Order: sequence, then C-alpha cells, then structure tokens
Amino acid sequence: MKARSGTWLLMLPGLMWLGLLMVVPCLLVFVLIFFERGIYGGIDWQAPTLENIARVFDPLYLSIFVDSGIIAGVSTLAALLIGYPAAYAIAKAPASRQTALLFLAILPFWTNYLIRTYAWIVLLNPAGLINSLLIELGLRSEPLTLLYTKSAVVLGLVYSYTPFVILAIYSALQRLDPSYAEASRDLGAGVVQTFLRITLPLTAPGVAAGAVFVFVLSIGNFVTPDLLGGGKFQMVGNLIYDQFLSARDWPFGAALSVLLIGLMLLLLFAQAVASLRARGEHARA
Amino acid sequence: MKFRTLLSIAAGAVMLAAGSTAALAEKLVISNWDGYMPKDMAEKFKAATGIDLEIAVHATNEEIMGKVTASGGEGYDVLFVSSPFAEALNNLGLLAPIDHSKIPNLANLYAEANELKHDPGNTFSVPYTWGTTGLCYRSDLVKTAPTSWNDLLTPSDDLKGKITMLSTDRWLMAAGFLADGLSVNTTDQADLDKVRDQLIAAKRNLLAYDDTTFYSKLVSGEALMVQAWDGWCNYGITDKPEIKYVIPKEGSDLWADTMVITKASKNPEAAAKFIDFVMNADNGKWVVENIMYKSPNKAGMEAVDKSMFEKYPNMAITPAELLKYEQLRDLGSGMKAFSKTVSEVMAAK
Repeated sequence: MKARSGTWLLMLPGLMWLGLLMVVPCLLVFVLIFFERGIYGGIDWQAPTLENIARVFDPLYLSIFVDSGIIAGVSTLAALLIGYPAAYAIAKAPASRQTALLFLAILPFWTNYLIRTYAWIVLLNPAGLINSLLIELGLRSEPLTLLYTKSAVVLGLVYSYTPFVILAIYSALQRLDPSYAEASRDLGAGVVQTFLRITLPLTAPGVAAGAVFVFVLSIGNFVTPDLLGGGKFQMVGNLIYDQFLSARDWPFGAALSVLLIGLMLLLLFAQAVASLRARGEHARA
Repeated sequence: MKFRTLLSIAAGAVMLAAGSTAALAEKLVISNWDGYMPKDMAEKFKAATGIDLEIAVHATNEEIMGKVTASGGEGYDVLFVSSPFAEALNNLGLLAPIDHSKIPNLANLYAEANELKHDPGNTFSVPYTWGTTGLCYRSDLVKTAPTSWNDLLTPSDDLKGKITMLSTDRWLMAAGFLADGLSVNTTDQADLDKVRDQLIAAKRNLLAYDDTTFYSKLVSGEALMVQAWDGWCNYGITDKPEIKYVIPKEGSDLWADTMVITKASKNPEAAAKFIDFVMNADNGKWVVENIMYKSPNKAGMEAVDKSMFEKYPNMAITPAELLKYEQLRDLGSGMKAFSKTVSEVMAAK
C-alpha cells in the first residue's frame, strides 16, 4: 500500500506537467474548431459553427495531407535504407570504436536545424557548390535545377532525421542476443538469409520506432519545405503555420491541427500494437 | 497573459543589455521591425529627453497585431505597423489620437503625407516610410525590359523558372489585381477567384516565393526578375548596378509604414515625444541612407546627398506621383474571404 501511494506522489509533478502543458492546450485547440474567426483575427465567441470541419475535408486541403504523407513516407523509406546499414555497421564494429561512431552520427545535431538547412541551399543552388563542381569538371554546361524542388525537400528531411533512425536501430541491434544469429548459421543459413529471416524481424520494433519518429517529424515539418522548396510545395505544417500566423484564422488552423494530431495518434497506436505483438511472439518463441 | 510574460522577459533582457540603471526615469515600450531604426536610437533618445526606451521587435505585422489584439495594447506605447493594420487597430478602438500640438516635427512631413487615404490629417498614425511595389530585374540578363505585371504572371520562356514573387498576402494578390486593372482593396468574390486562378498558373513558372532574399537571387543571377518593394530592390542595386526597378504600366500599390500610440499607453506624453524625435530631419535622413526606403519626412529627404537619388532612381519619385497609386487599406470583414483565397493559392500545386 505504502509503495503504491508513494509511486503516485512521485508521478504527480510529471502528470501535472503533462496535464497543464499538453492536455489542456490540446483541448483549447480542439474547442477553437467550433467558432469563427473574428474580423480582425482572434475568435468570434458569439458565432459557433461547423464550417471549419467541413472546410478541412475540402479536396484542396486533403490533397495537402496526402502529399505531405507521401513526402514523409518517401523520406522515411530513404532514412531507413541509409540508417539501417549504418546502424548495422556501428553495431558490428569493435566495441571501442562504437562510441566514436555514434558520436559522429549525432554530431550534426550540435548545429542548429535552420543553419543545417541553409547549408543545403548553399550546396544546391544553381551557383552553389554542387553545380559549380559539375560545371568545373565539364560534366554539365548548364546548372542542374536541384533547389526549390520536391526532391530537395525530401533530401533535407532525410538528412535531418536519419540520425534518429540510426540510434533507434542501433539500440535494437544491441539488445539482440547474438546466439540467435549463431544458431541460424550453425543450421546452415547464409549471411543474407540470417539477416532477412532472423535479424531483421527481431529488430522490427526498433525499425518501427525509427520509422514513426521520422514520419511524424517529417509530416509536420514546415521549415524544410519553406526553405528548400521555395514555398511552392505546401505541406501540412506550412498550411497550419499560415493559418495561425498569416491568415490569423485560428479556428481553421485548429481544425487542421486536430486532424493531423488524430492521424498521428492512429499511427502511433498502430505502431504500439504491432510492437506489443512482436514482443509477444518473441516471448513465445 | 502569456505575451506579457514573454514581453517582460524580452524587455528585461534588453534592459540588462543596455545597462540601464535609472529606475525612476520615464519608460517607453515600442515595437518595430528589426533594423528599421538606427541602432543607437535608445541612447540618442535618452540623451535628448531622459526617457528610457525599451525596444521590442516583431517580424511581421500579423505578429504584432496578434499580440496587441490579445492584450488590448497593454505593455506597448508606440507601435510601427503598416497602414492597413493601423487602420484596423483604430477600428478596434486600440489607438490613442495623435495630438499634433505635442509633435511639432510633424511640420517636416510633405503636404501629401497628410493626405494618406487610410488616415487623412494623420489623426491616429504618423507615416514613417512609404513606397511602391514593382518589378526588380537584371537589365543585363533579360531579353526585353519588363513593362507590365503580366510579364511576371505569364513570363516569356527565357524567364520561366527564374522569377520570384512575394508571398505576403496583400502583395501576392496585388500583382494579380493590378494586372487585371482591379482595385488592390477589392474583396469581391469574382475578382478574388479570377486572380486566384491566375496566381496558381503563375506559380508553375516561379523559381520560388521569396520575401527576404529575392535581391540576392538577382545579384547571383539565380533569378532574372522578381516582384519587389522599391527599397529592397535598392539593396540589390547596391551590389549590382545592372539591376533596375520599374513600376509596371498598370501601376503599383502605395504602401506606408506608420507609427501609432496605443490607447493603453501609460505615457502618451512620452510617446508623443518619441514620435517627434523620430520625425526630426536626422532620422528621416537615416531611413533613406540606411534602409533605402523613401521617407515622407521632407526635411530628411532634402538632407540626403543628391547622389543617392541618381544611384537609386526609384527614390526620386515625387510625393505627388506616389499619391497617384492606390493605397493599401484595411479590408475589414472582407479579410476572411481574402485570406481564404490566399490559402488556396499557396496550397495549390
């Protein structure tokens, strides 16, 4: 009995923090949906309406959700394809080197996100480093259009979020019992088969965690599409930002936000269920 | 509440940095765009009047509008806002009337600066800078010099992918309104829809939307023609004299940035002294020489070296010519439909 009440008491500050600073603001945002924007911005509390909910489902805005999902999805896939081999290499490296390698993977985070994104502008623009090099080497006579394209946005997102994937998969690989791989090879499976049928499924929770991390961060990102996309490819984050800060239509921005939060909660729920099931199967094995 | 706390923290930091020690001296809180006033404004003002100046910055009109409408203007004395927003604040009853007897330097204004449509006679706002919006281009790299807004909206093949437009809502739409001969203040749904479709088509030929670095894109040659405020084009001309500014034949909008005093201000006398100080000839001259905008301050403009007007021809436009252009006004209840249209343009592929 004593231990239990003690536990709740210890959790209280954390719960209050979450409650006051996350749950209450989210509820406030939710309430905003049902009112109209005032003439000069702000909220017209005298004018309840369902108009904002209807507007969110307009094909124009839904297509932005879909496009953002696609960009985030492609970025996630690319981050996984780059991150898994990197994490694998780090996990298989001699223990003395692993810390240094992990440090290198995280080092970019010591620089501000905005500055790292601007660095890509310097690299990709028509008079930038990459195009100058290509022209100097005689490989091109005209600069390539690299900047202000959808690919540049994906590149920026992959670059920024791959370290998260590396960390998530690395920790999953670390927790992996090496005897599974040994047993598999003793029984005659090749390296590739061992990887595909033993290692990969056993590290699936780590892969899922990294993937969800990248996806959720990418879909809400508004800095990268604005800087590297030239403001031409609005993603959900830009749309919401514009509603709150330029159009000052808080109710519509709130409606968009709630839809985004809802979709992400569904995604996280699915990931949690899949993760539990994977662990359950693992335990039974 | 939150904004006041933030302002207190920001103000506290500024105070620490300025090393101010006087606890009894009068204090004035102003909000302006970063770099829009001389850096030593606070020191000079204190030396001239003994009043402490706390300078808050806002990046956009919408930002300061949000803060002021939420707090009723509490915590601010003087604001620098563009004229449509000054008009809106006045309609909301958040501004104090300008007492001309307390601001003798108002005499420094051009006669035309007292005839601005948003506030004839300057009863609640005092203009600080004014200007036009037009096309800024590399005269050495474009095949033919642009003459019309349609050169931006339906560019020739050599310009496709090498032009930028402003994304700030009023100017984004103004390009379309002016090209079609419509008022820059229209909120008629048919007009909005027509311009929306034009802008969505124009989007496909853009290099990017750019409100802050379009002049460097011209200097580097990344862009050949951009939609630009006249003062900003001058930043490009400084680095590359081949850059030229033109007001298209359909015309421009007339924009003005103004100073207003909040009704919630506890120091309206000090606020008036501040505006008077800003309106002196030195500060008017500073604006022209440093921000390269035109100032409605006649004394200031006349103190500027004549070579500036040769190097930057768009500064030489006379106030009488300026007032030919339609001024941007507050859209009132039409703002909702207007914002909706802008969202549709920005969201379209």
